[in-house]
Amino acid sequence: MDAIFIFFSSNYNMITIVILSIFLGIEVISRVPSVLHTPLMSGANAIHGVVVIGAIIVMGQAESNDYLVLTLGFLAVTLGTLNVVGGFVVTDRMLEMFSKKKNSKK
Amino acid sequence: MQNFILLLSYLIGSISFIVGLKMLSHPDTARKGNLYAAVGMTIAILATIFLYKDDSGNYLGNYPWIFGGLIIGTVIGTMMAKRVQMTGMPQMVSLFNGMGGACAAIISIVEFKHLMHKQANTETTSTITEALNSIIKLVTTYSNPSLILFTILLGLVIGTVSFFGSMIAFGKLNGNLNDRTLPAQQVINIGLLLIIVGLLAAMVTGFTGIDITVLFWALFGVSALYGILFVMPIGGADMPVVISLLNSFTGVAAACGGFLYSNPVMLTGGILVGSAGTILTILMCKAMNRSLTNVIVGAFGGNKNGAAQQEVGGAYKEISMSDTAVLMAYSKRIVIVPGYGLAVAQAQHICHELEKVLEEKEVEVTYAIHPVAGRMPGHMNVLLAEADVPYEKLKEMEEINPEFAQTDVVLILGANDVVNPAAKNDPASPIYGMPILEVEDAKHVIVNKRSMKPGYAGIENALFFQPKTSMLFGDAKKVLQDLVAELKAL
Repeated sequence: MDAIFIFFSSNYNMITIVILSIFLGIEVISRVPSVLHTPLMSGANAIHGVVVIGAIIVMGQAESNDYLVLTLGFLAVTLGTLNVVGGFVVTDRMLEMFSKKKNSKK
Repeated sequence: MQNFILLLSYLIGSISFIVGLKMLSHPDTARKGNLYAAVGMTIAILATIFLYKDDSGNYLGNYPWIFGGLIIGTVIGTMMAKRVQMTGMPQMVSLFNGMGGACAAIISIVEFKHLMHKQANTETTSTITEALNSIIKLVTTYSNPSLILFTILLGLVIGTVSFFGSMIAFGKLNGNLNDRTLPAQQVINIGLLLIIVGLLAAMVTGFTGIDITVLFWALFGVSALYGILFVMPIGGADMPVVISLLNSFTGVAAACGGFLYSNPVMLTGGILVGSAGTILTILMCKAMNRSLTNVIVGAFGGNKNGAAQQEVGGAYKEISMSDTAVLMAYSKRIVIVPGYGLAVAQAQHICHELEKVLEEKEVEVTYAIHPVAGRMPGHMNVLLAEADVPYEKLKEMEEINPEFAQTDVVLILGANDVVNPAAKNDPASPIYGMPILEVEDAKHVIVNKRSMKPGYAGIENALFFQPKTSMLFGDAKKVLQDLVAELKAL
């Protein structure tokens, strides 16, 4: 039992963030028109590209002669960036369609 | 001070993700929301590059490599995203999702290597009691290498499944791969899942005494296999749901990275996408009136040779272009049902023109949008919006269904499963229970298809053989062009 207390108190911040984020995610999405499902999925797709930060940290901490890690890290940064940039640009292109028609109506 | 700025940047990043997602769920603010999230992401990334310090207070190095990766990723990502046609969007999202998964998996591989370097090996246990003890120890202390190892492994598994799954989904949507079901597919999938759990347990507790590096690569291999086999049997109509699910997987993989580096922005971003993605997946399932388990188990792909479906067949009749034109010109109300065929043929602009020509002849034209028409929810809305079709003309399923009875002509453009009456009246049909557009209530139904080939779910459509239905074969764009010409000549 003590063990659980220790785990809980030493990771209190992380646990709070995780639980609040879960509820926030549910709350933010729950009433979305089906028209926006695809752009929303695409936007969320871009956001999880935040994993690229991890790749940058890996890369930045690598020994400058450790070519295996450098190559892997380089690959990770490239792929993560692809995820972020591609994701946001694709989402923007989808949403552009919506706003264009809004303007033409005015 | 610098640490303060770094943390502040992370806070801004986290807030921008939340606000961005919130704004993305309303049509008016969606585009701005996407932009906010992108700006927040940029701030967080730049802050990491310049301000992040490791435990011993050193800044990150290897800037040329980092910026090289960033620039290459940005250029390729922008090019791909700009080039892709509206019809190819679903594949693109899947591809980018896979990239994120791969990124998470690679991070895990490198961190595993580091961890192994730091300490020759985690202690090995030989008895069950010792193994249990080490599990208890795992949850007790955060700094315990076992917990770090567990986070790394979790990131590896989820990232790998997400990458391979997304690649398969990409291949299928792109038409490179077909649905394939192994015999006893479900048993194999569950078996693989159990192996993954077993390997995880063995590695964290050190129970087996086998070299942990060997186990690590075994875990990687099994995860990859699971990702492939998980998506392989799932039918194309369910692909959006799968992509959304894999999307939330990648979110969780990113969150694992957040745990690993105690990085708040990765944690919030990842978990946010994980939970929002899960809800979105469930919403999509609801729109198709199917349960998530049903989709994952792969009823679409697996059922084909199973239960006896009602025999569908008989004679269908074709209608000529000029007859169609006359019929439409003298109708009062016409409903257009767009489907994937319209998207493939890139016929959205000519479709809008048809609508305008008809309106000049004082015919009322609306569009009936099924929630899963095309390959993704919202696919048709995006396409028609691109062609400047006014927003008010797009009616959702619940809204339009009661109106079909007062409709003279329904023009179906390359849609199939979403108007298949089997979903309503054939319990043996794989799409039974999915809400459909009840086009049969209209006076005339004109179906434009390229051939009599069944739709994506691979089942025949009884609608095509009904007396009030006429077939108008041909590529949607070509047919619509001819139709517009005929109408103008009338």
